[in-house]
Amino acid sequence: MKHKINFILNNEEITHEVAANRTLLDVIREDFDLTGAKEGCGAGECGACTILVDRKPINACLMLAVEADGKEILTIEGLSVNNKLDQIQQAFIDHAALQCGYCTPGMIMSGKALLMDNPSPTEEEVKEAISGNLCRCTGYKKIVEAIMEVADKTNSAR
Amino acid sequence: MKFVGESVNRVDGIKKVTGSLKYVDDLKMSRMLYAAVKRSEYPHAKLLKVDITKAEKLPGVKAVITGKDVPNRVGLYLEDKTFLANDKVRYRGEAIAAVAAETHEIAQEAIKLIEVEYEELPAVTNALEGIKSDAPLVHPDLGDYKWGPIFFPEPGTNISNLYKIRKGDIDKGFAEAEHVVENQFFVPHIQHSPIENHSVIAQMDPEEALTIWSSCQSPFAVQKALSVAFGLPQNKIRVISPAVGGGFGGKAGTTLEGIVIPLAMRVKGRPVKLTYGREDEFINSFVRQGMHATIKTGINSDGKIVAVKNTFVWDGGAYTEYGVNIVRAGGYSSTGPYDIPNVWTDSVCVYTNHPVGGPYRGFGMSEIHFAIEQNMDILAEMLGITPIEVRRINGLRPGGSNATGQIVEVCGLQDCLEDVVDKLGWEREEKKPSSKPNIYIGRGISCGFKAPSMPNNVASSAIIRINEDGTCQLLVSAQDIGQGSDTTLTQIASEVLTIPPDKITIKTGDTDYTPYEWQTVASRITYCAGNAVVKACQDAKDQLFELAQIKLGVPKEKLILADEYIVAKGNENKKVPIKELALGLSMEDGSGIHGPIIGRGSFIPPDVKNTDKTTGQGEKPTAFWTYGCQGAEIEVDIETGKIKVKKVASSFDVGKIINPKLIEGQVEGGILQGLGSAILEELILENGIVKNPNFVDYKIPTADDMPEMIISFVENPEETGPFGARGVAEPCMVPTAPAIANALYDALGIRVNSLPITAEKVLKAIKEKQ
Ligand code: FES
Ligand code: FES
Repeated sequence: MKHKINFILNNEEITHEVAANRTLLDVIREDFDLTGAKEGCGAGECGACTILVDRKPINACLMLAVEADGKEILTIEGLSVNNKLDQIQQAFIDHAALQCGYCTPGMIMSGKALLMDNPSPTEEEVKEAISGNLCRCTGYKKIVEAIMEVADKTNSAR
Repeated sequence: MKFVGESVNRVDGIKKVTGSLKYVDDLKMSRMLYAAVKRSEYPHAKLLKVDITKAEKLPGVKAVITGKDVPNRVGLYLEDKTFLANDKVRYRGEAIAAVAAETHEIAQEAIKLIEVEYEELPAVTNALEGIKSDAPLVHPDLGDYKWGPIFFPEPGTNISNLYKIRKGDIDKGFAEAEHVVENQFFVPHIQHSPIENHSVIAQMDPEEALTIWSSCQSPFAVQKALSVAFGLPQNKIRVISPAVGGGFGGKAGTTLEGIVIPLAMRVKGRPVKLTYGREDEFINSFVRQGMHATIKTGINSDGKIVAVKNTFVWDGGAYTEYGVNIVRAGGYSSTGPYDIPNVWTDSVCVYTNHPVGGPYRGFGMSEIHFAIEQNMDILAEMLGITPIEVRRINGLRPGGSNATGQIVEVCGLQDCLEDVVDKLGWEREEKKPSSKPNIYIGRGISCGFKAPSMPNNVASSAIIRINEDGTCQLLVSAQDIGQGSDTTLTQIASEVLTIPPDKITIKTGDTDYTPYEWQTVASRITYCAGNAVVKACQDAKDQLFELAQIKLGVPKEKLILADEYIVAKGNENKKVPIKELALGLSMEDGSGIHGPIIGRGSFIPPDVKNTDKTTGQGEKPTAFWTYGCQGAEIEVDIETGKIKVKKVASSFDVGKIINPKLIEGQVEGGILQGLGSAILEELILENGIVKNPNFVDYKIPTADDMPEMIISFVENPEETGPFGARGVAEPCMVPTAPAIANALYDALGIRVNSLPITAEKVLKAIKEKQ
């Protein structure tokens, strides 16, 4: 049986029909072709599927699509507005905080969620926020630096 | 230099931070079918029956295949595998049959309907047991297989390669040594754990041309293997590697492509996709081989090592088509970066009924250095000298000789050692004890080296095309698997042509359009593909100069490139922009000559030769060696046994840094991967069954595990390298684990001889010491 759900996806209002057993990750990737969020494990262990639901980072592989009803969803594809990179995306490039790039969308969304919630986190808080996002390439250092740079910029702009 | 040596931003940055880069699993095609694989339930068993009739009848199933459909044996160095099992299975998880169906769910359902009858056979689950003469044989037909001339299988046993080093006179060496000690070490299997699982799509069109989209490191190696396996000409096989979400060796060679293609051949016109789940990734893609090391060393009281006898027994798993070469590399590198006159090594690849061992970042070096570098510390302590001193005494220097008897000309090992010692200040400052009574502090050092472990004559090529507006297309088949080759190869092209990186677009990984590259492995791309790019750009430059000398009336030898212009040396007013000649030279009378500038470059590492079959001795067995050193500072909690790595300093001699920001990141990643192997990672195997195929039970490092990292480099140029560069991708993880192990000894006086150094092992060792 299919369920009708309404949600906001990257600033767009959506009405969509989904089967009850499908994950949100599956639906955004397959039905909307938003393939920035990746499936690295399908079990909530790697963070590659991280997206924001009502501004909170979640593992989309663990959330059923029907649960998205009435929610606001932001994926990596919705982060840059009018083709302009979000600060955190630019910081990832500037700091070489990505290598193969497979963890990158999830990593950026986790970083973004932290900064939305806490614009001036400590380095420890940054590490904590991304500790559920596995990266096999970078050694994390440049990722932490990239997120900290955005935080510092925000702080000094105040 | 203007572009080489600069921290240019990654050329693939924007598509990666926006999530717009399409990896294979992100590709969707119309009328695509989904594959699923029936896998063995036993580590070793005869296949009595594989019945697919029920699966074939399930609505939505479009094709079912078994081993009978892919009988040809393939393999990179030793042709010992078929893509699906025939007659018997050799590890738990081996593919037996595969299905293509309209949906993923139907494919899964169909797999359950395939009936398999097995007759279980006794399994080899330990390499040391496997080499015994009464061990069950994993490959009774080994003698019928084909292999390359530099490998030495022993048919009638489980030994698929026995690589020997016989240097000097080992008996005399031990007889004359003042002290002789023997130590043993064990390194377990681990998994590459790229965040992207393997994925492939294959489609065969009606004229029997095959297209494969694969997350693979080596499109041309895949093309060749598939051509052998399926009897298709290479011009009918197009392999595209659109993006790779981490490789580390696990996506080298050929993996799941061979399962999907026979399905695609049965459903012509329809693409068939197979993406591994994480459990598959853990079990059914390459793993790093396990290794048992025994090192007997003869050393004199002055600290000079005079003899070493190594036995490395590798747990190669069910198929060692690739593993035999890791074992060879372990053999010819078996002294580590030390100058030892008398060496005896047997490096033995053993078939077991374990998952398939294959290339893993380091290619045997991490494994042997875990043993060699702890052994060095044991020797130092025995003689009452410091770990640093024993390395100063024995570490290779220019003019020294390595295990193969090669006299090394360029060698920055000692520079790296001093660099790390200096950065950590260990000889200036005594270690301060922790303020907490349960925390002990340790310092450990380790050297390391690695050569690209590849056949001597492997080839690379590059093409550069210049457009009318002075921009360029650079074509190579070196794959950017995260290491940043798209960026560094672009920088190299920029440097030769004086055209900035943002005007050069690099395209990779499409065997129909991009030129040949052997494989993206072995830390060889900067060096090999880099050289091909230099040559391609020089070729283009040469063509430009041919035309410019007519245009400017200045002989070729007097021309240089500067800021996108061809300029007469000494007369800067005489110049012509590169773009003006991109499509050839227009003459005054309106005619034209030459046509478009297309530079082409081909490269094979010069003068690399086979070593002697019985002694392993040779003049130049590898293209180059990369040397380095790392030091680690750790805290150990004696109550919990937990190790926290606080600081790692690293120094490698990379010849020439192409991109400081990228190389730094690469080394940081290597350190974390080394740290994972040191204290966290082990593929737990019980009776041939992988017990922890997920990230909950197999932990890889997270941001919490990150130590402070001090990264530096030494630049002794590689004479044959592009701008003097050599590779560092793998070497940078090699010393990390032994440095941590040595730091543990420094902290508590306990030595854990097997990886990973878990809290449990530490607690046990503390108890035993008391
Ligand atoms: S795919 Fe969702 S956490 Fe790994
Ligand atoms: S960049 Fe490759 S996994 Fe993070």
